[in-house]
Amino acid sequence: MQERGYLLIEYHNLRLRVTGELVSIQINKYKCGYCGACVGVCPKGALELVETWVEVDGNTCISCGICDRICPVGAIEVIK
Amino acid sequence: MKDMYDVLVIGAGPAGSIAARTAAEKGLDVLLIEKRQEIGDPVRCAEGVGKEYLKKHVEIDKKWICADVKASYIHAPDGTRIVMAEEISGGEVGYVLERKVFDRTLAEQAAEAGAEVRVKTRATGLIIEDDYVKGARLMHLGKEYDVRAKIVIGADGVESKVGRWAGIDTSLKPIDVETCAQYLIAGANIEQDHCEFYIGNEIAPGGYIWIFPKGAGKANVGIGILGSKTGKFKPRPVDYLNRFMEKKFPDARIVEMVFGGVPVSGSIEKTSTNGLMLIGDAARQSDPITGGGILNAMDAGKLAGEAAYAAISAGDVSFEKLEEIYEKPWRATIGHEIDMSLVVKNCFINLSDENLNSLAHSLKDVKFERMSLLDLLQALFKANKKLLWDLRVLFKDAAKEVVKNKM
Repeated sequence: MQERGYLLIEYHNLRLRVTGELVSIQINKYKCGYCGACVGVCPKGALELVETWVEVDGNTCISCGICDRICPVGAIEVIK
Repeated sequence: MKDMYDVLVIGAGPAGSIAARTAAEKGLDVLLIEKRQEIGDPVRCAEGVGKEYLKKHVEIDKKWICADVKASYIHAPDGTRIVMAEEISGGEVGYVLERKVFDRTLAEQAAEAGAEVRVKTRATGLIIEDDYVKGARLMHLGKEYDVRAKIVIGADGVESKVGRWAGIDTSLKPIDVETCAQYLIAGANIEQDHCEFYIGNEIAPGGYIWIFPKGAGKANVGIGILGSKTGKFKPRPVDYLNRFMEKKFPDARIVEMVFGGVPVSGSIEKTSTNGLMLIGDAARQSDPITGGGILNAMDAGKLAGEAAYAAISAGDVSFEKLEEIYEKPWRATIGHEIDMSLVVKNCFINLSDENLNSLAHSLKDVKFERMSLLDLLQALFKANKKLLWDLRVLFKDAAKEVVKNKM
Protein backbone atom coordinates (compact mmCIF):
# COMPACT_ATOMS: atom_id res chain seq x y z
CA MET A 1 0.00 0.00 0.00
CA GLN A 2 2.76 2.37 0.98
CA GLU A 3 4.69 1.48 -2.13
CA ARG A 4 1.69 2.16 -4.34
CA GLY A 5 1.22 5.55 -2.72
CA TYR A 6 4.81 6.39 -3.44
CA LEU A 7 4.50 5.39 -7.08
CA LEU A 8 1.48 7.61 -7.46
CA ILE A 9 3.46 10.52 -6.09
CA GLU A 10 6.26 9.78 -8.53
CA TYR A 11 3.91 9.58 -11.49
CA HIS A 12 1.95 12.72 -10.79
CA ASN A 13 4.83 14.79 -9.48
CA LEU A 14 2.66 15.70 -6.50
CA ARG A 15 3.59 18.65 -4.39
CA LEU A 16 2.58 19.28 -0.82
CA ARG A 17 1.55 22.88 -0.37
CA VAL A 18 2.07 24.91 2.79
CA THR A 19 -1.69 24.64 3.27
CA GLY A 20 -1.31 20.88 3.34
CA GLU A 21 -3.18 20.61 0.02
CA LEU A 22 -1.83 18.23 -2.59
CA VAL A 23 -1.60 19.71 -6.08
CA SER A 24 0.01 18.56 -9.26
CA ILE A 25 0.50 19.28 -12.91
CA GLN A 26 1.44 16.48 -15.22
CA ILE A 27 2.39 16.98 -18.85
CA ASN A 28 2.20 13.85 -20.96
CA LYS A 29 5.23 14.28 -23.20
CA TYR A 30 4.08 11.43 -25.42
CA LYS A 31 0.89 13.32 -26.21
CA CYS A 32 2.19 16.92 -26.22
CA GLY A 33 2.51 18.59 -29.63
CA TYR A 34 4.88 21.24 -28.18
CA CYS A 35 2.89 24.14 -29.62
CA GLY A 36 3.32 26.43 -26.61
CA ALA A 37 -0.36 27.42 -26.28
CA CYS A 38 -0.24 26.46 -22.58
CA VAL A 39 2.78 28.71 -22.03
CA GLY A 40 0.92 31.65 -23.57
CA VAL A 41 -2.07 31.31 -21.22
CA CYS A 42 -0.18 30.56 -18.00
CA PRO A 43 -0.98 33.57 -15.76
CA LYS A 44 2.15 33.02 -13.67
CA GLY A 45 4.72 32.30 -16.36
CA ALA A 46 5.36 28.92 -14.74
CA LEU A 47 5.61 27.04 -18.03
CA GLU A 48 8.36 27.15 -20.60
CA LEU A 49 8.49 25.62 -24.08
CA VAL A 50 12.07 24.50 -24.48
CA GLU A 51 12.57 22.78 -27.82
CA THR A 52 10.23 19.83 -28.05
CA TRP A 53 9.07 19.70 -24.46
CA VAL A 54 7.35 21.89 -21.87
CA GLU A 55 8.97 22.48 -18.48
CA VAL A 56 7.03 23.41 -15.34
CA ASP A 57 8.37 25.57 -12.55
CA GLY A 58 6.73 23.87 -9.58
CA ASN A 59 7.37 26.84 -7.31
CA THR A 60 5.48 29.29 -9.53
CA CYS A 61 2.62 27.07 -10.73
CA ILE A 62 -0.63 27.75 -8.86
CA SER A 63 -2.47 24.76 -10.40
CA CYS A 64 -5.15 27.04 -11.86
CA GLY A 65 -5.78 24.56 -14.67
CA ILE A 66 -5.97 27.08 -17.54
CA CYS A 67 -3.22 25.23 -19.44
CA ASP A 68 -5.18 21.99 -19.08
CA ARG A 69 -8.28 23.77 -20.37
CA ILE A 70 -6.81 25.09 -23.61
CA CYS A 71 -4.41 22.29 -24.62
CA PRO A 72 -5.43 21.27 -28.19
CA VAL A 73 -4.71 17.59 -27.51
CA GLY A 74 -5.37 17.28 -23.78
CA ALA A 75 -1.78 16.49 -22.83
CA ILE A 76 -1.91 18.35 -19.52
CA GLU A 77 -3.52 17.11 -16.34
CA VAL A 78 -3.84 19.39 -13.34
CA ILE A 79 -4.98 17.78 -10.12
CA LYS A 80 -6.25 19.88 -7.27
CA MET B 1 28.84 34.69 -30.58
CA LYS B 2 30.11 38.01 -29.23
CA ASP B 3 29.10 39.44 -25.87
CA MET B 4 27.85 42.77 -27.21
CA TYR B 5 25.59 43.74 -30.12
CA ASP B 6 23.49 46.73 -31.13
CA VAL B 7 20.34 44.62 -31.43
CA LEU B 8 19.44 41.20 -30.10
CA VAL B 9 16.39 39.60 -31.76
CA ILE B 10 14.88 36.64 -29.90
CA GLY B 11 13.00 34.29 -32.23
CA ALA B 12 13.51 33.69 -35.95
CA GLY B 13 9.95 33.58 -37.24
CA PRO B 14 8.75 36.09 -39.84
CA ALA B 15 8.64 38.94 -37.29
CA GLY B 16 12.13 38.36 -35.89
CA SER B 17 13.80 37.73 -39.23
CA ILE B 18 12.31 40.86 -40.82
CA ALA B 19 13.32 42.93 -37.78
CA ALA B 20 16.86 41.52 -37.91
CA ARG B 21 17.10 42.03 -41.67
CA THR B 22 15.83 45.62 -41.44
CA ALA B 23 18.21 46.54 -38.60
CA ALA B 24 21.19 44.86 -40.30
CA GLU B 25 20.45 46.64 -43.58
CA LYS B 26 20.69 49.91 -41.68
CA GLY B 27 24.19 48.91 -40.64
CA LEU B 28 23.48 47.80 -37.09
CA ASP B 29 25.30 44.89 -35.48
CA VAL B 30 22.53 42.29 -35.04
CA LEU B 31 22.25 38.88 -33.39
CA LEU B 32 19.20 36.78 -34.33
CA ILE B 33 18.63 33.72 -32.15
CA GLU B 34 16.25 30.79 -32.55
CA LYS B 35 15.72 28.22 -29.81
CA ARG B 36 14.90 25.41 -32.22
CA GLN B 37 17.66 23.64 -34.04
CA GLU B 38 15.80 24.16 -37.31
CA ILE B 39 14.26 27.47 -38.32
CA GLY B 40 10.64 27.14 -39.49
CA ASP B 41 10.10 23.71 -37.98
CA PRO B 42 7.86 22.45 -36.43
CA VAL B 43 5.21 24.53 -38.20
CA ARG B 44 2.41 26.01 -36.09
CA CYS B 45 0.41 27.67 -38.83
CA ALA B 46 -2.26 27.15 -41.50
CA GLU B 47 0.15 28.91 -43.90
CA GLY B 48 -2.34 31.11 -45.78
CA VAL B 49 -1.28 34.66 -46.56
CA GLY B 50 -2.54 37.62 -48.61
CA LYS B 51 -0.64 38.26 -51.83
CA GLU B 52 -0.38 41.99 -52.19
CA TYR B 53 0.83 42.61 -48.67
CA LEU B 54 3.39 39.84 -48.82
CA LYS B 55 5.04 41.49 -51.81
CA LYS B 56 5.77 44.53 -49.65
CA HIS B 57 8.27 42.53 -47.63
CA VAL B 58 9.71 39.83 -49.81
CA GLU B 59 10.16 38.94 -53.45
CA ILE B 60 7.80 36.08 -54.27
CA ASP B 61 9.69 32.86 -54.83
CA LYS B 62 8.01 29.70 -56.12
CA LYS B 63 10.08 27.49 -53.87
CA TRP B 64 8.02 28.45 -50.82
CA ILE B 65 4.63 28.76 -52.50
CA CYS B 66 2.45 25.65 -52.40
CA ALA B 67 -0.74 27.01 -53.89
CA ASP B 68 -2.10 30.18 -55.46
CA VAL B 69 -5.73 30.50 -54.38
CA LYS B 70 -8.29 32.60 -56.23
CA ALA B 71 -11.34 32.36 -54.00
CA SER B 72 -12.65 31.52 -50.55
CA TYR B 73 -15.75 29.41 -49.95
CA ILE B 74 -17.43 29.94 -46.62
CA HIS B 75 -19.85 27.23 -45.48
CA ALA B 76 -22.60 28.16 -43.02
CA PRO B 77 -23.86 25.52 -40.54
CA ASP B 78 -26.83 24.61 -42.81
CA GLY B 79 -24.59 24.17 -45.83
CA THR B 80 -25.22 27.57 -47.46
CA ARG B 81 -22.09 28.52 -49.35
CA ILE B 82 -20.76 32.02 -49.83
CA VAL B 83 -18.16 32.48 -52.53
CA MET B 84 -15.70 35.33 -52.28
CA ALA B 85 -13.52 35.88 -55.30
CA GLU B 86 -10.04 37.33 -55.15
CA GLU B 87 -10.74 40.91 -56.20
CA ILE B 88 -12.95 41.69 -53.22
CA SER B 89 -11.60 39.72 -50.35
CA GLY B 90 -8.13 41.01 -51.19
CA GLY B 91 -6.03 40.20 -48.18
CA GLU B 92 -7.84 37.00 -47.35
CA VAL B 93 -7.20 35.14 -50.58
CA GLY B 94 -3.65 34.60 -51.66
CA TYR B 95 -0.88 32.09 -51.31
CA VAL B 96 -0.50 29.02 -49.21
CA LEU B 97 3.11 28.92 -48.08
CA GLU B 98 5.60 26.25 -47.18
CA ARG B 99 6.56 27.87 -43.88
CA LYS B 100 9.55 25.59 -43.37
CA VAL B 101 11.14 27.05 -46.48
CA PHE B 102 9.66 30.54 -46.13
CA ASP B 103 10.90 31.14 -42.58
CA ARG B 104 14.32 29.85 -43.47
CA THR B 105 14.50 32.15 -46.50
CA LEU B 106 13.71 35.17 -44.33
CA ALA B 107 16.38 34.19 -41.79
CA GLU B 108 18.85 33.74 -44.63
CA GLN B 109 17.98 37.22 -45.87
CA ALA B 110 18.72 38.58 -42.40
CA ALA B 111 22.04 36.74 -42.47
CA GLU B 112 22.85 38.12 -45.93
CA ALA B 113 22.10 41.62 -44.68
CA GLY B 114 24.79 41.06 -42.07
CA ALA B 115 22.96 39.71 -39.02
CA GLU B 116 24.55 36.86 -37.08
CA VAL B 117 22.12 33.94 -36.83
CA ARG B 118 22.33 31.35 -34.04
CA VAL B 119 20.03 28.35 -33.87
CA LYS B 120 19.48 26.03 -30.89
CA THR B 121 20.05 29.14 -28.80
CA ARG B 122 17.41 30.03 -26.24
CA ALA B 123 16.96 33.09 -24.06
CA THR B 124 16.55 32.13 -20.40
CA GLY B 125 16.24 35.61 -18.93
CA LEU B 126 16.91 39.30 -19.50
CA ILE B 127 19.76 41.45 -18.24
CA ILE B 128 18.05 44.43 -16.64
CA GLU B 129 20.05 47.31 -15.14
CA ASP B 130 18.77 50.71 -13.95
CA ASP B 131 15.31 49.76 -15.22
CA TYR B 132 16.64 49.26 -18.77
CA VAL B 133 16.77 45.98 -20.67
CA LYS B 134 20.47 45.64 -21.51
CA GLY B 135 20.63 42.19 -23.05
CA ALA B 136 19.72 38.59 -22.32
CA ARG B 137 21.06 35.39 -20.85
CA LEU B 138 21.26 32.79 -23.59
CA MET B 139 21.70 29.05 -23.54
CA HIS B 140 23.36 27.20 -26.38
CA LEU B 141 24.14 23.46 -26.14
CA GLY B 142 23.82 23.52 -22.38
CA LYS B 143 26.17 26.46 -21.84
CA GLU B 144 25.03 29.90 -20.66
CA TYR B 145 26.14 33.18 -22.18
CA ASP B 146 25.46 36.79 -21.19
CA VAL B 147 24.86 38.81 -24.33
CA ARG B 148 24.43 42.56 -24.08
CA ALA B 149 22.56 44.69 -26.59
CA LYS B 150 21.40 48.29 -26.83
CA ILE B 151 17.97 47.04 -27.85
CA VAL B 152 16.34 43.65 -27.38
CA ILE B 153 13.49 42.67 -29.71
CA GLY B 154 11.21 39.90 -28.42
CA ALA B 155 9.78 37.88 -31.32
CA ASP B 156 9.35 34.70 -29.33
CA GLY B 157 5.86 33.78 -30.42
CA VAL B 158 2.71 32.73 -28.61
CA GLU B 159 4.79 31.25 -25.76
CA SER B 160 6.65 34.56 -25.32
CA LYS B 161 8.51 35.05 -22.06
CA VAL B 162 10.59 38.07 -23.04
CA GLY B 163 7.79 40.56 -22.32
CA ARG B 164 6.97 38.95 -18.99
CA TRP B 165 10.61 39.07 -17.90
CA ALA B 166 10.52 42.81 -18.53
CA GLY B 167 7.32 43.24 -16.53
CA ILE B 168 4.87 43.36 -19.45
CA ASP B 169 1.96 41.02 -18.82
CA THR B 170 1.34 39.20 -22.09
CA SER B 171 -0.55 36.24 -20.62
CA LEU B 172 -3.67 35.33 -22.58
CA LYS B 173 -7.03 34.46 -21.07
CA PRO B 174 -8.82 31.42 -22.58
CA ILE B 175 -11.14 33.79 -24.47
CA ASP B 176 -8.04 35.46 -25.97
CA VAL B 177 -6.65 32.35 -27.63
CA GLU B 178 -7.73 30.03 -30.43
CA THR B 179 -6.54 26.53 -29.72
CA CYS B 180 -5.77 24.73 -32.96
CA ALA B 181 -5.04 21.37 -34.53
CA GLN B 182 -4.27 20.68 -38.17
CA TYR B 183 -3.51 17.76 -40.45
CA LEU B 184 -1.68 17.89 -43.74
CA ILE B 185 -3.63 15.38 -45.76
CA ALA B 186 -2.73 13.48 -48.91
CA GLY B 187 -4.70 11.13 -51.13
CA ALA B 188 -7.92 13.15 -51.01
CA ASN B 189 -7.34 15.00 -54.27
CA ILE B 190 -8.22 18.46 -52.93
CA GLU B 191 -9.01 21.21 -55.46
CA GLN B 192 -6.12 23.62 -55.41
CA ASP B 193 -7.70 26.88 -56.56
CA HIS B 194 -9.62 27.92 -53.47
CA CYS B 195 -9.70 27.88 -49.66
CA GLU B 196 -12.67 26.63 -47.70
CA PHE B 197 -13.98 27.69 -44.31
CA TYR B 198 -16.64 25.95 -42.22
CA ILE B 199 -18.31 27.82 -39.40
CA GLY B 200 -20.80 26.76 -36.75
CA ASN B 201 -21.08 26.02 -33.05
CA GLU B 202 -21.37 22.28 -33.59
CA ILE B 203 -18.40 22.06 -35.89
CA ALA B 204 -15.98 24.63 -34.40
CA PRO B 205 -17.27 26.67 -31.42
CA GLY B 206 -15.91 30.22 -31.50
CA GLY B 207 -13.68 29.47 -34.46
CA TYR B 208 -13.70 27.71 -37.81
CA ILE B 209 -12.41 24.79 -39.79
CA TRP B 210 -10.19 25.57 -42.75
CA ILE B 211 -9.06 23.69 -45.84
CA PHE B 212 -6.04 25.30 -47.48
CA PRO B 213 -4.62 23.63 -50.60
CA LYS B 214 -1.00 22.67 -50.19
CA GLY B 215 -0.09 21.63 -53.76
CA ALA B 216 -0.29 18.26 -55.55
CA GLY B 217 -3.79 17.43 -54.25
CA LYS B 218 -2.74 17.88 -50.62
CA ALA B 219 -4.23 20.32 -48.11
CA ASN B 220 -3.93 21.70 -44.61
CA VAL B 221 -7.17 20.78 -42.87
CA GLY B 222 -7.34 22.42 -39.50
CA ILE B 223 -9.51 23.81 -36.78
CA GLY B 224 -9.31 26.64 -34.31
CA ILE B 225 -11.72 26.85 -31.40
CA LEU B 226 -11.94 29.54 -28.79
CA GLY B 227 -10.11 28.64 -25.57
CA SER B 228 -13.15 29.55 -23.49
CA LYS B 229 -15.29 27.04 -25.39
CA THR B 230 -13.14 24.00 -24.78
CA GLY B 231 -11.84 22.43 -21.59
CA LYS B 232 -11.19 19.43 -19.45
CA PHE B 233 -14.57 17.77 -19.93
CA LYS B 234 -15.33 19.08 -23.41
CA PRO B 235 -14.03 17.94 -26.79
CA ARG B 236 -10.57 19.24 -27.76
CA PRO B 237 -9.68 20.75 -31.14
CA VAL B 238 -8.17 17.43 -32.16
CA ASP B 239 -11.50 15.67 -31.37
CA TYR B 240 -13.49 18.13 -33.49
CA LEU B 241 -10.96 17.74 -36.30
CA ASN B 242 -11.15 13.94 -36.22
CA ARG B 243 -14.93 14.14 -36.37
CA PHE B 244 -14.73 16.44 -39.44
CA MET B 245 -12.14 14.23 -41.13
CA GLU B 246 -14.28 11.13 -40.67
CA LYS B 247 -17.22 12.83 -42.31
CA LYS B 248 -15.44 14.70 -45.06
CA PHE B 249 -12.21 12.83 -45.87
CA PRO B 250 -12.52 9.31 -44.45
CA ASP B 251 -9.86 7.93 -46.79
CA ALA B 252 -7.31 10.70 -46.58
CA ARG B 253 -3.84 9.99 -45.23
CA ILE B 254 -2.45 12.28 -42.58
CA VAL B 255 1.16 13.04 -43.42
CA GLU B 256 1.79 15.75 -40.82
CA MET B 257 0.19 16.92 -37.58
CA VAL B 258 0.33 20.52 -36.41
CA PHE B 259 -0.83 22.07 -33.15
CA GLY B 260 -0.86 25.66 -32.04
CA GLY B 261 -2.30 28.51 -30.05
CA VAL B 262 -3.20 31.74 -31.83
CA PRO B 263 -3.58 35.01 -29.87
CA VAL B 264 -6.95 36.67 -30.62
CA SER B 265 -6.87 39.24 -27.84
CA GLY B 266 -6.66 42.37 -29.98
CA SER B 267 -3.95 44.89 -29.14
CA ILE B 268 -2.47 44.61 -25.66
CA GLU B 269 -1.71 47.55 -23.39
CA LYS B 270 2.05 47.66 -23.75
CA THR B 271 4.55 46.21 -26.22
CA SER B 272 7.72 48.08 -25.34
CA THR B 273 9.71 49.28 -22.39
CA ASN B 274 13.16 50.78 -21.83
CA GLY B 275 15.45 48.97 -24.30
CA LEU B 276 12.83 46.42 -25.42
CA MET B 277 10.22 45.94 -28.14
CA LEU B 278 7.83 43.02 -28.67
CA ILE B 279 6.69 42.02 -32.17
CA GLY B 280 4.46 39.45 -33.87
CA ASP B 281 2.64 36.83 -31.81
CA ALA B 282 4.76 37.84 -28.80
CA ALA B 283 3.03 41.24 -29.03
CA ARG B 284 -0.34 39.52 -29.70
CA GLN B 285 -0.53 41.17 -33.13
CA SER B 286 -2.40 38.38 -34.94
CA ASP B 287 -5.86 39.12 -36.30
CA PRO B 288 -8.65 38.20 -33.85
CA ILE B 289 -11.12 37.16 -36.55
CA THR B 290 -8.98 35.28 -39.09
CA GLY B 291 -6.14 34.30 -36.77
CA GLY B 292 -3.73 35.40 -39.52
CA GLY B 293 -0.47 36.71 -38.12
CA ILE B 294 2.28 36.52 -40.73
CA LEU B 295 1.72 39.87 -42.41
CA ASN B 296 1.17 41.81 -39.19
CA ALA B 297 4.29 40.18 -37.78
CA MET B 298 6.32 41.24 -40.81
CA ASP B 299 4.95 44.78 -40.69
CA ALA B 300 5.78 45.03 -36.99
CA GLY B 301 9.21 43.49 -37.59
CA LYS B 302 10.00 46.15 -40.16
CA LEU B 303 8.76 48.94 -37.88
CA ALA B 304 10.80 47.58 -34.97
CA GLY B 305 13.95 47.22 -37.08
CA GLU B 306 13.64 50.81 -38.24
CA ALA B 307 12.79 51.99 -34.73
CA ALA B 308 15.86 50.22 -33.36
CA TYR B 309 18.02 52.11 -35.85
CA ALA B 310 16.38 55.46 -35.09
CA ALA B 311 16.59 54.98 -31.32
CA ILE B 312 20.20 53.79 -31.31
CA SER B 313 21.23 56.62 -33.68
CA ALA B 314 19.59 59.12 -31.35
CA GLY B 315 21.23 57.49 -28.34
CA ASP B 316 17.84 57.17 -26.70
CA VAL B 317 16.31 53.72 -26.21
CA SER B 318 13.89 54.78 -23.48
CA PHE B 319 10.25 53.70 -23.42
CA GLU B 320 9.19 57.26 -24.33
CA LYS B 321 11.31 57.14 -27.48
CA LEU B 322 10.20 53.63 -28.47
CA GLU B 323 6.60 54.55 -27.79
CA GLU B 324 6.93 57.40 -30.26
CA ILE B 325 8.70 55.45 -33.02
CA TYR B 326 7.33 51.93 -32.58
CA GLU B 327 4.21 51.72 -30.39
CA LYS B 328 2.31 54.61 -31.93
CA PRO B 329 2.96 53.67 -35.58
CA TRP B 330 1.94 50.03 -35.11
CA ARG B 331 -1.12 50.93 -33.09
CA ALA B 332 -2.25 53.37 -35.80
CA THR B 333 -2.02 50.67 -38.49
CA ILE B 334 -1.98 47.02 -37.37
CA GLY B 335 -3.47 47.93 -34.01
CA HIS B 336 -6.47 49.68 -35.49
CA GLU B 337 -7.18 46.73 -37.79
CA ILE B 338 -6.92 44.09 -35.10
CA ASP B 339 -9.10 46.10 -32.74
CA MET B 340 -11.79 46.33 -35.44
CA SER B 341 -11.46 42.57 -35.95
CA LEU B 342 -11.84 42.12 -32.21
CA VAL B 343 -15.22 43.85 -32.37
CA VAL B 344 -16.28 41.42 -35.09
CA LYS B 345 -14.87 38.47 -33.15
CA ASN B 346 -16.72 39.40 -29.96
CA CYS B 347 -19.91 39.54 -31.96
CA PHE B 348 -19.21 36.39 -33.99
CA ILE B 349 -18.48 34.14 -31.02
CA ASN B 350 -21.93 34.81 -29.57
CA LEU B 351 -23.89 34.03 -32.73
CA SER B 352 -26.08 30.95 -32.75
CA ASP B 353 -26.09 28.63 -35.75
CA GLU B 354 -29.48 30.13 -36.73
CA ASN B 355 -27.90 33.59 -36.73
CA LEU B 356 -24.99 32.37 -38.83
CA ASN B 357 -27.38 30.72 -41.29
CA SER B 358 -29.55 33.80 -41.69
CA LEU B 359 -26.43 35.86 -42.15
CA ALA B 360 -25.21 33.51 -44.86
CA HIS B 361 -28.60 33.59 -46.63
CA SER B 362 -28.56 37.36 -46.83
CA LEU B 363 -24.96 37.43 -48.07
CA LYS B 364 -25.35 34.58 -50.54
CA ASP B 365 -26.67 36.75 -53.36
CA VAL B 366 -24.65 39.87 -52.71
CA LYS B 367 -22.52 40.68 -55.73
CA PHE B 368 -19.18 40.43 -54.06
CA GLU B 369 -17.24 41.96 -56.93
CA ARG B 370 -18.60 45.35 -55.95
CA MET B 371 -18.86 44.85 -52.25
CA SER B 372 -17.82 47.64 -49.98
CA LEU B 373 -18.06 47.73 -46.25
CA LEU B 374 -21.26 49.71 -46.65
CA ASP B 375 -22.89 47.04 -48.83
CA LEU B 376 -21.90 44.48 -46.27
CA LEU B 377 -23.49 46.50 -43.49
CA GLN B 378 -26.66 46.89 -45.55
CA ALA B 379 -26.85 43.15 -46.08
CA LEU B 380 -26.26 42.62 -42.39
CA PHE B 381 -29.00 45.06 -41.56
CA LYS B 382 -31.51 43.04 -43.52
CA ALA B 383 -30.34 39.85 -41.89
CA ASN B 384 -30.01 40.75 -38.29
CA LYS B 385 -30.59 44.09 -36.64
CA LYS B 386 -29.02 43.17 -33.34
CA LEU B 387 -25.87 42.17 -35.13
CA LEU B 388 -25.72 45.57 -36.71
CA TRP B 389 -25.96 47.19 -33.27
CA ASP B 390 -23.13 45.01 -31.98
CA LEU B 391 -20.99 46.05 -34.91
CA ARG B 392 -21.87 49.74 -34.71
CA VAL B 393 -18.26 50.80 -34.13
CA LEU B 394 -17.47 49.67 -37.63
CA PHE B 395 -19.78 52.40 -38.92
CA LYS B 396 -17.20 55.01 -38.17
CA ASP B 397 -14.84 53.20 -40.51
CA ALA B 398 -17.52 52.76 -43.16
CA ALA B 399 -18.30 56.46 -42.97
CA LYS B 400 -14.61 57.25 -43.35
CA GLU B 401 -14.45 54.98 -46.38
CA VAL B 402 -17.40 56.75 -47.99
CA VAL B 403 -15.85 60.15 -47.36
CA LYS B 404 -12.52 58.96 -48.75
CA ASN B 405 -14.18 57.59 -51.91
CA LYS B 406 -16.05 60.82 -52.51
CA MET B 407 -12.94 62.94 -52.22
